[in-house]
Amino acid sequence: MNISQELLDRHGLTGDEYQRILEMLGREPTITELGIFSVMWSEHCSYKSSRVHLKTLPTTGRRVLQGPGENAGAVDIGDGLAAVFKIESHNHPSFIEPYQGAATGVGGIIRDIFTMGARPIALLDSLRFGSLEDPLVRRTMAGVVAGIAGYGNSIGIPTVGGEIAFDESYTGNPLVNAFCLGIAKADEIIKGTASGAGNPVYYVGAKTGRDGIHGATMASAEFDEKSAEKRPAVQVGDPFMEKLLLEACLEVMQTDALVGIQDMGAAGLTCSTCEMGSRGGAGVEIDVALVPQRETGMTPYEIMLSESQERMLLVVKKGREAEVERIFDKWDLHAVHIGQVTTDGRMRVKSHGEVVADIPNGALTDEAPLYKRPMAEPEYLKAAQSLSLEQLGSPQSAAAIFARLIASPTIASKRWVYRQYDHMVRTNTLVVPGMGAGVVRVKGTRRALALSTDCNARFVYLDPFLGAQHAVAEAARNVACAGAQPIGATNCLNFGNPQRPEIMWQFARAVAGIGAACRALDIPITGGNVSLYNETDGNAVLPTPVLGVVGLIEDADAVVRRAFRRAGDVVILLGENRAELGGSEYLKVVHGLIRGVPPALDLDRERALQKLLVDGATAGLILSAHDCAEGGLAVTVAECCFDTGVGVEVGLPGVGDDQWRDVMTLFGESASRAVVSVETQYASEFLRRAADAGVPAVEIGRVGGERIRLSVDGRVAIDEPLRDVERMWSTTIENFFERSRAVA
Amino acid sequence: MRARVFVTLKPSVFDPQGTTVNEALHTLGYTSVRDVRQGKYFELDIDAASADEARRIAGEAAHKLLANPVIESYRVEVETGADAPASVGH
Amino acid sequence: MKFAVIVFPGSNCDHDAYYAAEHVLGQQAELIWHKDTDLRGADVVVLPGGFAHGDYLRTGAIARFSPIMQQVAAFAAAGRPVLGICNGFQVLLEAALLPGAMLRNRSLKYQCEHVHVRVEQTNTPFTIACAPGHVLKIPIAHGEGNYYAEPDVVARLEANRQVIFRYVTATGEVTDAANPNGSVNNIAGICNQARNVVGLMPHPERACELAVGSADGLVLFESVIKAVTEGAFSGAEAVTAKAAASAR
Repeated sequence: MNISQELLDRHGLTGDEYQRILEMLGREPTITELGIFSVMWSEHCSYKSSRVHLKTLPTTGRRVLQGPGENAGAVDIGDGLAAVFKIESHNHPSFIEPYQGAATGVGGIIRDIFTMGARPIALLDSLRFGSLEDPLVRRTMAGVVAGIAGYGNSIGIPTVGGEIAFDESYTGNPLVNAFCLGIAKADEIIKGTASGAGNPVYYVGAKTGRDGIHGATMASAEFDEKSAEKRPAVQVGDPFMEKLLLEACLEVMQTDALVGIQDMGAAGLTCSTCEMGSRGGAGVEIDVALVPQRETGMTPYEIMLSESQERMLLVVKKGREAEVERIFDKWDLHAVHIGQVTTDGRMRVKSHGEVVADIPNGALTDEAPLYKRPMAEPEYLKAAQSLSLEQLGSPQSAAAIFARLIASPTIASKRWVYRQYDHMVRTNTLVVPGMGAGVVRVKGTRRALALSTDCNARFVYLDPFLGAQHAVAEAARNVACAGAQPIGATNCLNFGNPQRPEIMWQFARAVAGIGAACRALDIPITGGNVSLYNETDGNAVLPTPVLGVVGLIEDADAVVRRAFRRAGDVVILLGENRAELGGSEYLKVVHGLIRGVPPALDLDRERALQKLLVDGATAGLILSAHDCAEGGLAVTVAECCFDTGVGVEVGLPGVGDDQWRDVMTLFGESASRAVVSVETQYASEFLRRAADAGVPAVEIGRVGGERIRLSVDGRVAIDEPLRDVERMWSTTIENFFERSRAVA
Repeated sequence: MRARVFVTLKPSVFDPQGTTVNEALHTLGYTSVRDVRQGKYFELDIDAASADEARRIAGEAAHKLLANPVIESYRVEVETGADAPASVGH
Repeated sequence: MKFAVIVFPGSNCDHDAYYAAEHVLGQQAELIWHKDTDLRGADVVVLPGGFAHGDYLRTGAIARFSPIMQQVAAFAAAGRPVLGICNGFQVLLEAALLPGAMLRNRSLKYQCEHVHVRVEQTNTPFTIACAPGHVLKIPIAHGEGNYYAEPDVVARLEANRQVIFRYVTATGEVTDAANPNGSVNNIAGICNQARNVVGLMPHPERACELAVGSADGLVLFESVIKAVTEGAFSGAEAVTAKAAASAR
């Protein structure tokens, strides 16, 4: 075979990497082997640029049952049960074919959960798009939302939350991060391991076609003009098939006939085969001629690289084959015996008995290239971090600013989106989307789990280390607001091209920040995903490390929602207002700027706040709780009134100087703050608890009336009818889509 | 033999998809398009001895499964190589 | 008494119906696979929500041919209570156990949200414990819930009092704004001529506990328990196979 530079380029392999392949094999690779190396050594599968940094994350804790390295992570939630969860990206396919890209992203993460033996019970999505003024962006977003809905609804797993933010940097590189949570018996978690010489290897699920070949390498490369030609690389999902697969697999797992199981995701059959072998310290031999095929004339190369969806690889205990086949038959699925486990630690692929690939598992997994890529502080940073308020001129009135922020897409109601998601199926949803962290109960116990995915990418852009800490803090705070103790986290790290030192620097600093915050807040990382090369023609997305945090509520009745409950309740501000506008939604929306330094974050204070929120909820003192995020206090307070019919009147102690005082106080995004409401008779007790906990707390007003009225230093700054404000907030996104019926 | 089955909504049934497509065409400048009705198209690959048998099988398939007689009508065509008259369905 | 919840490949609200019957209401419930041919002594049959056969071809179009549907049809012909929820309603329509058909929501989007429905008739096994005109807050979650039947069929349904649930405002008014999907006459649920088979698009099994947002759905289950255990539902005049067949 002629191994030209062009062939290597098409496979995403460097000259040095090819040399390593020659050394590891001791000969030239076959074309099938070249394809196998190209996908397994791609960034998406090998994490070659990120592994050295990810190793620094805290991954242990008393509840951790499974850390990174398996298909998903798992933490103990009591009653002999485990929460199994992970977040994954499907960014590049979602730009090329939004509906299927998003749908198959959801399908992929669901498989990662049930392959561990857990029944998936909730989904969240963290999405980023460009500006909605752009018809292409609207089309992308509509497609992505429809894809998430189409898949999640059909398979019957509720989408209970998530987040959507907008920034021009995501225009050609939307981010679609899908999170899934499942419940398993803690001692029945199944791993993706192949072991036991002679044990049969089974393939089950959809037939293999030519879809998605080189999907993994596509995800490891930037977009350019030629990206449109890559369309065939997008897989088409079939949620019905996955539903059958899910039920059948869970049923098979009830027997103990399985040694191991893994879904075929990125890099398809190749990945599951060598990873299972690698984990089990065994080898796996398969014959691709036995693989069920949807198209004719498929070559071994195509079969091994295909990313056809809804397929699983199983290792069955010898002698138990009939039992397993019978269960799959019941679900009209065909489980096919395609190979067996060996002892030589190699992945051997045959085609009609002839060997077409023979590679040591380690070469494809543990011994895949590991890069410590050069890092350099980006040139933009120092300038971006400087913020001169004088240069902004005089600020508009608080009322005018408020109107703009409440209707800015990142802040506005996402109801147009989540109304398309079945968020109630399985009758576990205690807190529906739009009300803070998503909360689902765990049937059979008194417990519930709160879930949140968060990242303020502007903060990360302005200071990756600090910004990433904010992401952890915010996700954990959202969960704490619901009354849940954070017990585990997963991360999806979305960055640009790692071969650019400034991107690698962002990445490394962000990972360090995540690590620092997770340690301070005692939240282990149990797994996650890295998506690099999110850039087009050299323009990278804002660095976006999304954190998905899972929190545990011991008594589901104690769950707290974001909305005020009744007129007369006391509104309390927890945390400290400071004069900080860096990276704020205000600066972006009103001035078009991402400037300044992110707000300061004291992780001890954050920890104390979260503990107070959880304790207060458990004691039944807190009626509502909402964390302060984009848009600052004014937005937070307003959001507490939406969907309630009751307004609020609060007075805030001002911060900041002169003409910027209102803006700083109302729209600054200082960290570690929350707005809670309590019953009048419990207000002083709660304030005392806050004082004991060292959390700044001040009563700022009362729920009631039909207006949203905020004063600063006793002077009314915002005074609007609730109905009008709610209308602006709730119709923004809808108007972009329903009004403009341009080509869909 | 290949049979084609065309399934369309009955005229009295409101077709929001067709309406949306029509509006989209108008925004693209095709204002001369007065109305769009959206339907389904099936290709059946049938082992049949004759075109008539294929037509019969396809018609039954259409009547029993491919079309919902409450809201849809269907039409069957059989491809034989030479031009064959289409049969009118239900 | 015993609830049978039919499970088609792709059903996904079967567990919710099972949970409501067994855990919330304390009745016996059993999941019955679509390939079975025995309803195992059920007193009530529930066809649950979901995406049977992926909703491929048309919602419910393939499920109606499942082996268990013969038993369900016989059970219905014998005047015994059958409840079709959402996808289950769609299966009953395709199986001609109820008249009419489902179209896509006029918004062309899937919609998941709480709505209000008014109980129009209380002489069915599933509404016998309701007060006439009672407004229930129950969630919907569907992309094809736009009920359609030809005008003469609709007229007949109305005249025969076979419209059992109608979409209304929170205060019980029939308005277009209260109609989430464009259904003719705001119809949310209907029954057959014999009044023992009821189909509705909203999900009462998702409204059995306040913790999940509403407990207004309980009354449908309480009704059928009453109907079966107390013989409170006397059935319609002609409970014969012919009546069931002519329900189309």
